[in-house]
Parts: sequence; structure tokens; C-alpha cells
Amino acid sequence: MSEIPQYLKEGFLSVEELKEYVELPDEDRLRQRPVAIPECPQEIPCTPCAEICPTNAVLMEHPNALPVVEYEKCIGCSLCVQICPGLAFFMVHYIGNKARVTMPHEILPVPKVGEEVILLSRVGEEVGKGKVVTVIPREKSKGDTPIITVEMPLKLAWDVRAVKVVRE
Amino acid sequence: MRLSEHPILNFERIRGKEVTIYFEGKPIKAHEGETIAMALYAAGVKTFQHSIEKHRPRGLFCAIGKCSSCLMKVNGIPNVRTCITLVEEGMQIERQKEKPMLPKTMKPPKWKEPQRIEADVVVIGGGPAGMMAAINASDAGAKVVLLDENPMLGGQLVKQTHKFFGKREQFAGVRGIKIAEILQEELKKRNVEIFLETSALMLLQNGEEKLVVGVKKNKELVEFKGKTVVVATGAMERMIPFENNDLPGVYGAGAIQTLMNTYGVKPGDRVLIVGAGNVGLILAYQLYQAGVKVEAIVEAMPKIGGYFVHAAKVRRLGIPILTRHTILRAEGNEKVERAIVAQLDEKWNVIPGTEKVFDVDVIALAVGLRPSIELLHQVGCQIKYVPELGGHVVIRDSRMETTVKGIFVAGDSAGIEEATTAMLEGKIAGIGAALIAGVASSEWLKKIEEAQKELEVFRSGPFGRKVLEGLKKVVVK
Repeated sequence: MSEIPQYLKEGFLSVEELKEYVELPDEDRLRQRPVAIPECPQEIPCTPCAEICPTNAVLMEHPNALPVVEYEKCIGCSLCVQICPGLAFFMVHYIGNKARVTMPHEILPVPKVGEEVILLSRVGEEVGKGKVVTVIPREKSKGDTPIITVEMPLKLAWDVRAVKVVRE
Repeated sequence: MRLSEHPILNFERIRGKEVTIYFEGKPIKAHEGETIAMALYAAGVKTFQHSIEKHRPRGLFCAIGKCSSCLMKVNGIPNVRTCITLVEEGMQIERQKEKPMLPKTMKPPKWKEPQRIEADVVVIGGGPAGMMAAINASDAGAKVVLLDENPMLGGQLVKQTHKFFGKREQFAGVRGIKIAEILQEELKKRNVEIFLETSALMLLQNGEEKLVVGVKKNKELVEFKGKTVVVATGAMERMIPFENNDLPGVYGAGAIQTLMNTYGVKPGDRVLIVGAGNVGLILAYQLYQAGVKVEAIVEAMPKIGGYFVHAAKVRRLGIPILTRHTILRAEGNEKVERAIVAQLDEKWNVIPGTEKVFDVDVIALAVGLRPSIELLHQVGCQIKYVPELGGHVVIRDSRMETTVKGIFVAGDSAGIEEATTAMLEGKIAGIGAALIAGVASSEWLKKIEEAQKELEVFRSGPFGRKVLEGLKKVVVK
């Protein structure tokens, strides 16, 4: 029996493990403009990300292949984040000493622009606080999923993949 | 308790006029369009009957009319499947305690000639496979009639709030609930006669002619005569053995989805999910969306069986997934109050000292499905046990025709897979049925080939391997 990858034992990808499947963009690219990152390490029959990309930056050799993003071609439009049925696409953008992470958010309440939110890691741990800078509501999302962009300390860019909205 | 706010669903839209039903004499508020079981559950009634011998309490299990867990006495009539029977103003509902008897004072209804419906193609089941079969058979020129025992079309799509995988032309990126709406719209555009709340009790053959004996709303006999029949009766949830697995609170994953997503009824406060396949993972996410705490997902296998992306969605919300863990027992007085789980070693033995106690009121079983083949069995189709497809399935050819000429199969009743493949199989079976009925031109063969090709592509990845192994054993030339 072949070795079971860690992510299938645990249900999450560590950044180190993610790098085995996806070559991450370099810092220059991350500072240029937002860039889409697929966290999709498993061959499943699914192609909407490649189909919706307006610049054909998402490559798939066959419908079961892993999506590969050509980072230079990616314009940061977030359509892949909106459509991905697995909610597995994110965008990352470095600005100064901050990072902006774009992610799907299908939980109530949907935060408002400017709202402070609790940042959650890939295993749901609270790792800090961030500020919501853009919200694409469900009705405007191409995939019926609300999308939020959250500003956070740069060092958290590769840990935070969800948020919790706490209101009084 | 009823849910009001939800990130995906709008329950106010589906809740009809308020009506009053009576449970053991006590009035309960319900809404038109709700089934009896859902209304009772929303009012806090979670024990539906007691077992005949040992008088153990019984709750819901499948909530789609396939098991006998929710049978109750309704207006004096015993053994009514309350999970698929709609509420009506003034209904009297009682629990069954002893072996139920028909009331002696009641007269049987007067015999009258049953309603007789004739069609080229009769489709049994209005889920993704059945709806696609009906749409495509109709397009190919057939007069089609479709029956389903549930009060609404869509099968299990009506509770799938997640977006589907596949290609966009196969509805990838679209939520299951939306796909159900789209297919229903397509059916409406065509001249397909639809019978809801109509159970298919028998599938018979008389020479070339097929007869489906149906019962509408538990009492009216309806006969469907067809040149061909497509059986798309779906699947039934599996149960696994553990102590107290019959306590109210131990539910099939699908039953919880029916409560929460179809009818907006909160299933409980704290849930343990057994099984980390796609159903268990998706259920965990849906529970979180409905504001229910998921304590953990336990999975006896050493790895997550469903898509990783579904697992990642729930992990980042803080829901633990414990692989190599199993449930040992449920505990509680007349209902689930605790679940005891433990770790397994490589030989599947419980590791002493690893027991964990979860204070939960619901234990969700997401441990697989088995195809519903009863009608196919009855009409004499050849059956084979194929574990890769979920159990006993029928032998068929590449156009989904079984060993009984003119009887077709599609979707989960042909082998457990998923809605995308069910829709493609439905398309193939629907066209195939129209061809055998002699109403479709041979040009439709091309459409069948296209769908076969799409199925092949969809199944070509690692997740399709097991299904392909299974299909080798049942698909004949």
C-alpha cells in the first residue's frame, strides 16, 4: 500500500506540504498585484477554475488534473475564488508590511468592509485579527459564494484561510 | 426548533400557510408543504414510535421514505411513513407501541377502477437521474410520465447546498438545490406528466408491456402502463453496528440534511459525524452553516475518503477529523446524550485507553449507501453483488438496459456514485428507453455516445477507479 499523504490523514495542508503540489509565486509577483493560489492537491474531476479564467492562466491537462496557475498571466480578478466548488482557491497580495488574502466566506454573518475579524488558520486556530477591505456579496459573485479580502500582518499570509466574525 | 437565517437557504420562501396538527391530542403548529415528521421534530418530538418487542424508542433514520423508523398512526391508519407524508390541517398523529392493527371500525374504501396512465416511457424516481431520463426521453420524442414518492422533485439534490464538481456544462460550480430547480424547469417546459407523493409498489411485465403499480397519497391506486421503464430509485443509507445505534438521535446523514436544508429544522445542538467520505464532510460544513456545533468527524480508515477540499473547508472552521477512530457506543436515556469513540490500530482493534467521550445529542452516520433495487429485483432483472458499487446491483448494457428488455436503470440505484454521473446515466437511460420504445430516431444514438464519453472522462481520475472496477463486473455488451 502506498504511503498516505499527511493532508489526507489530517484534512489540511501545511504550507510545506502545499509547496510539494503547488509552486508558490515569488515575493516580486506577490507585490505586483493579487495572485490566485489553488490549494487543490488531489486529482478530482473538476474544471470550473480553468473554464472561467479570462486570461487562461489556470492550466489543466485533463479534467482530473491539478490546476496550475501561470502567475504572470493571472490578473487577480478572483473569478476562480468565486466559482471553485471546493472553495480551494485563494488570492494573496503583499502591500508594504501587510498582506491581503482573498477567500470565500459562506458563513453568516458576512462581514462588512472595514470590519475587524478574527483570523483563522487552516485548522481553525485563532491566529490574530484582520480588517476586511473588500466584499463581493453572493448576488455579485459568479459562483454564488461571497468573497472577502482581509488585510493582515504579512507573516500571516500563508496561514490564514478563514475568518470568524464576532459581533456584540 | 426552526432555523430562520441561513447563508445559502431561504426558508421563509418555502414555508406555507400555518396549519395545526395534533400529536397524541396536543396541538402542534406546522406549515403546509412540511412532512409530518419534520413538523413533529421542529416541535421537539423526536421519538416517533417504540419497537414492538422491547419497546425501545425509535427516531428518524433515513427521512426519505426508505426505512421504517418513522412509521406512525395518522388519522387512525397505522404504518404511515411520516417523513414523506405532508401535514394537513387537523391531522391526528399517534405513536405506535404494539403491533399495529388496522382499525376495525373503519370501512375499506369502495373499490373503483384505478386511474390508468399510458406512456412510452415510465420513469420511477424524480432525482437527478430520473429527471434527466424524463427530459431526454421526452426530447427524443417519447410520451413520458414520471412518478416519485416524495412530495417534491429533485431527489437528494434538494438538500445539497454545496456546489457541484465536474465541467461547467454538467453544472459544475452550481449548487445542488439550484440544479434541482433548473431540471424541474426543464421538465415543466416539456409535456411530462408528473405524479408526486406516488409510490411505485410493483413493476410487472405483460408481454412487451410494462406495468407500474403506484399508490398516490397512501390510498389512491394508479396504474402506469409503459413500453419501457427507467428505474431511478436512488439509494438507502447504511447503518453500522454499535451499542445503542437505535436510540433517537442516531440518524443517517441524509436525514439530517432533510431536516436542516429541505425543511429548515435544527437537528440538534452538538453533533458527532461518523464517516469522512464526501457525505460526512459536506454534512459537517452544512451543520456549521446552520449554526450547529460539530464536535468531530470520526473515520475508521487511516485516511479521509472524500475530496480533500471538502475536508479543508471544515478543518479551517475548527472541526476536528479523527482518522483511525470509530464509534464504540451511544449512551443516553431514551435519546442520544453521549457518544464514545476510540482509536483503532492497524488491525482495526480498539486501542485500550484511547476512549473519548463527546457530549452530543446527534450522531450522524455517513457510512455509505446501498442501491435501492427492490423493483428491479421483483421484475426479474439479473442481480450481482458488487461491493465497488455499494452492494447488489443489476446487470446492464452500456445503454443502461437491464437483462429484462425495456427496463432501464440509472443513478444510485445502478451503483453508488454521485449526482453528476447520475445525470449522465439518466440521459443515456432516457434516450435508450425512447429508442427501445420505438419512438426515437437512430440519430439519438449520437447523444448516447456523447454522454458515455463524458462519463468516461469524469471517471478517469483516481476517484473513478473503484467505480470502473465495479462496472467491469456488471456492464455487458
